[in-house]
Amino acid sequence: MVQLTLPKNSRVQKGRHHAAPAGSGKTKTFKVYRYDPEGTENPRWDTYDVDIDNCGPMVLDVLIHIKNTIDPTLAFRRSCREGVCGSCAMNIGGRNTLACTHGHADEPGHECSIAPLPSMPVVKDLIPDLTMFYAQYASIEPWLHTTTPEPQKEWIQSPQDREKLDGLYECILCACCTTSCPSYWWNGDKYLGPATLLHAYRWLIDSRDEATGERLDALEDPFKLYRCHTIMNCAQVCPKGLNPAKAIAEIKKTLAERVV
Amino acid sequence: MTETTQGPRERPLSPHLMGWRPHATMVGSILHRITGSALYGGALILAGWALSLAAGPDAYQAFMELLGSPLGKLVLFGLTLSLFYHLAKGVQHLFWDSGKGFALPIANMATIACFAFAVAATLAVWAIAWMTGAL
Repeated sequence: MVQLTLPKNSRVQKGRHHAAPAGSGKTKTFKVYRYDPEGTENPRWDTYDVDIDNCGPMVLDVLIHIKNTIDPTLAFRRSCREGVCGSCAMNIGGRNTLACTHGHADEPGHECSIAPLPSMPVVKDLIPDLTMFYAQYASIEPWLHTTTPEPQKEWIQSPQDREKLDGLYECILCACCTTSCPSYWWNGDKYLGPATLLHAYRWLIDSRDEATGERLDALEDPFKLYRCHTIMNCAQVCPKGLNPAKAIAEIKKTLAERVV
Repeated sequence: MTETTQGPRERPLSPHLMGWRPHATMVGSILHRITGSALYGGALILAGWALSLAAGPDAYQAFMELLGSPLGKLVLFGLTLSLFYHLAKGVQHLFWDSGKGFALPIANMATIACFAFAVAATLAVWAIAWMTGAL
């Protein structure tokens, strides 16, 4: 159901301000979502004046700078720092992206907000609980399904058929797209969401896969697939430049073509 | 050892709509839904008009006066805008349903074109109505 406000325990309160130490260079203010699961208070917005002259160029550099020099209690996920692991997906300046590949100079204005991925249960600070997201991904059985006997060597595929997977296989499952989708915000328990559906399409058009019919049967559901209303937030925010909206449209088209 | 009688407290939901910086396509989609709902109201007004026509000259006169009042005109102007926007967006959805027009520059431009068409077509219709003395 559409929910325009947050539940009572989720309303974000005004938090603490951390001024930059004396002698800092040029500063920029970052408004960071904080939630302490061991406390009793609601989440809050803490603001940090960061000395950006002495900090790396990316938003992840800012977060590491805050954790190392201002506030060691800040929690966030990060790993590869080069846009291939998807751990540092978060909402920066009102849009989902990867903190490690997004420059803080690209955020206009003096203040930049940093929040966890939208409409997700928050474990701590910038760390969302992605259990449901992974369970939905697992539900489409993202591996090769075959009935013919296994070949002696590998399952072969022509270069043309392999090309069909371009724009799909690059997905790193960072959840930027799924948590950007208003349909997923309102029906995230029943709608599979853009990332999972992009992967569903990736297996549907794989020339080696032999379960196309069963895969389509599983998707033919008013909620799992058809909650997509082509809002296109998914494609707008994908940090890898992929287009889940188009993949979902292709699934809908395949289902329609199957009937006529 | 501390007692652990209580389980972990319920996790808060992270901010969604309230913190989102909207895209053209998102605004376009919301307006498609709003104008579609408005057109339900428009269909009721059209049905009311037909009923008043069937009910005789006095009822028709009264209904037309209601529609011709400043508030009535405002509602009709809004409905014209809704109709043209919903029409344009419907055409964009036809392209989307055939798997075309998903590249971001095209999707953004087409959405802005829907806004522009709705405004231009509405102004054109009302200009014609004004010039022919229907207002």
